[in-house]
Amino acid sequence: METYTLIVLTLAAMIRGATPLLLAAIAGMFSERSGVVDLGLEGKMLGAAFAAAAVSAATGSAWAGLGAGIAAAVLLALLLAFATVSQRGNQVVAAMSINIMVAGLGPTLALAWFNLGGQTPQLDGPGQRFTSLVWPWASTAAEHPFPGLLYAELLSGHNLIVYAAAALVPVSAWVLFRTRFGLRLRAVGENPHAVDTAGISVTGLRYQAILISGVLCGVAGTYLSTAASAGFTRDMTAGKGYLALAALIFGKWKPYPTLFACLLFAFTDALASRLQGVALPLVGVIPVQAILALPYVLTVLLLAGFVGKATAPAAIGVPFSKEQ
Amino acid sequence: MSAPAKLPRWAELGLLPLINLAAALILSGAVVKILGENPWAALKLLASGALGTQEGIGYTLYYATNFIFTGLGVAVAYRAGLFNIGCEGQAYIGGLGSGLVALWLGDRAPLLVVLPVAIMAGAAFGAAWALIPAWLQARRGSHIVITTIMFNFIAASLMTYLLVNVLIKLGQQSPESREFGANAVLPAVHEVCAQVGIRFSPSPWNLAFAIALLAAALVWVLVWRTRWGYALRVAGQNHSAAVYAGISPSRIIIQAMLLSGALAGCLGLNELLGSQHRILIDFPGGAGFVGIAVALMGRNHPVGILVAALLFGALAQGGSQLAFDLPKINRDMVVVIQGLVILFCGALENVFHAPLAAWWHACLARGPQPTGGTPVPR
Repeated sequence: METYTLIVLTLAAMIRGATPLLLAAIAGMFSERSGVVDLGLEGKMLGAAFAAAAVSAATGSAWAGLGAGIAAAVLLALLLAFATVSQRGNQVVAAMSINIMVAGLGPTLALAWFNLGGQTPQLDGPGQRFTSLVWPWASTAAEHPFPGLLYAELLSGHNLIVYAAAALVPVSAWVLFRTRFGLRLRAVGENPHAVDTAGISVTGLRYQAILISGVLCGVAGTYLSTAASAGFTRDMTAGKGYLALAALIFGKWKPYPTLFACLLFAFTDALASRLQGVALPLVGVIPVQAILALPYVLTVLLLAGFVGKATAPAAIGVPFSKEQ
Repeated sequence: MSAPAKLPRWAELGLLPLINLAAALILSGAVVKILGENPWAALKLLASGALGTQEGIGYTLYYATNFIFTGLGVAVAYRAGLFNIGCEGQAYIGGLGSGLVALWLGDRAPLLVVLPVAIMAGAAFGAAWALIPAWLQARRGSHIVITTIMFNFIAASLMTYLLVNVLIKLGQQSPESREFGANAVLPAVHEVCAQVGIRFSPSPWNLAFAIALLAAALVWVLVWRTRWGYALRVAGQNHSAAVYAGISPSRIIIQAMLLSGALAGCLGLNELLGSQHRILIDFPGGAGFVGIAVALMGRNHPVGILVAALLFGALAQGGSQLAFDLPKINRDMVVVIQGLVILFCGALENVFHAPLAAWWHACLARGPQPTGGTPVPR
């Protein structure tokens, strides 16, 4: 019985942990499908996390925070688009520069504005955070282990952004594979010259893709600072942007497999905190670090072609020039 | 493609990086202004903190040593057409190698024995950590940017595990190894100066700085003065030309990454043997990423890298001074400047390149042909 409760609680933690990964991974999917490497997920998320927490702390409204988070990430995305699409700069260098700059900028601005050593104030006022929505009869249902506990912990009890992220998967699958925009977006990532010959603007499409990525990263960052925790702290993304990228690659740049990868990676994370110092039968204590490193090892194995094959969009990383 | 107009060598290597740096500094100044401090005063504080005292100079050169190692590492890979983001992890694991040697031989052998073994171990461990991504790129086409990022995280997990469970000094809470033996400590410059009767304020500036200079010279010889280096640069610039010339790009990829990882792996000499005298959590402290900025700004050439490393060393040291003196600024401001330098020197270099080239050619067309100013093909 206790094991069952533990499993359900671990799965609930997995859903909460997978949300920012999923939002960022889908963000990366739009950008990478259009042929622009999105190493900047980390920086865009971190920038959004700071902006959301700062504005929510100042205005007392989580929704204003969400707006600010999206605005910050979109601004960073615009900078990325200008550098990589308009100026045809190196996409990896541009993204790394934004990641590094934001890692410094957040704590710097936080110190100057709030004077709390590089953090934003604790968000504990009413409406400053996205709090969990409790579905009808959830507390009653929780008393009945099966299926009540599943209903109470897995379906109910999450905040709005979690449900939005879940809905994003079918929506983005539909946009990418069932709309004209999605077709063009995928084409521009595979063969931009064909798209250009057809009279469609490669630059325009890539800007749109990068902006979509910015909006979604904005939501992901907002989730980190105003839903998952109560405020911005230094380096609070802690590599989640890169992990999301790994999930995107693991999901082979497709929405549903990416969802699966995000859930898997979040599960290893949730498991790692549960298994800390617990001796398992047969294997003994598994080092937490081994479980935490698992997503990265799996992604490398996948990239190496040892577990399936991940094929990136053909034109990824190559700046587009009409004359080439 | 309309080839970007060529600039003379001095402008390409000297003027353009300066303009890019100036743009980054002006934007940083704007940030300082937003923070409510005077940018000009901040710049002066930064400069005097980094270069105004003997102690400041010592710290600047100490930080610069780290950045020379990682900058060279990034540059060697870049010359071979590879973007090695994994210098952070390679420096971390390489430092483990040097540190293990220091723990093992530190009280058993003289420094003259410990140092070469520590250098070899650091280089070997760093190279080994670069080998897997290199092999995967060369043989299986796995994108090296992604795999080296993954290896940074794997390195961090591995090192945390080792420090928490294996290397930790008994009866101690913080995850650090025991202190190295006295013979595994690289002499600091102020100690050497004191021996010959010169007074120099104490700082962690140490012998590793000389090793870094030697490494820079070695890279220059290897990449610009040997057949192998020529093959490396050809493979980096034009894959098919290399294949037609009988150069194996996949072999070059592996060799270049081994050298890159070995150079980054030497960071532990400065940070651990030179300064901390023990292995501790996250000792590279982002130097692997600063290496990207240093390499880009130094145009992936050893001379440029030395200059850029000094600049970033001064930034790191001056930044601490800034954070100390101005209440509204903390050390993170330095990270902002580093990011902006990478942005302008790496991703936005075309912004200034094209107008500068157009202006230069307009000057050429107008005036008499300057004798020494013919564009040198790169």
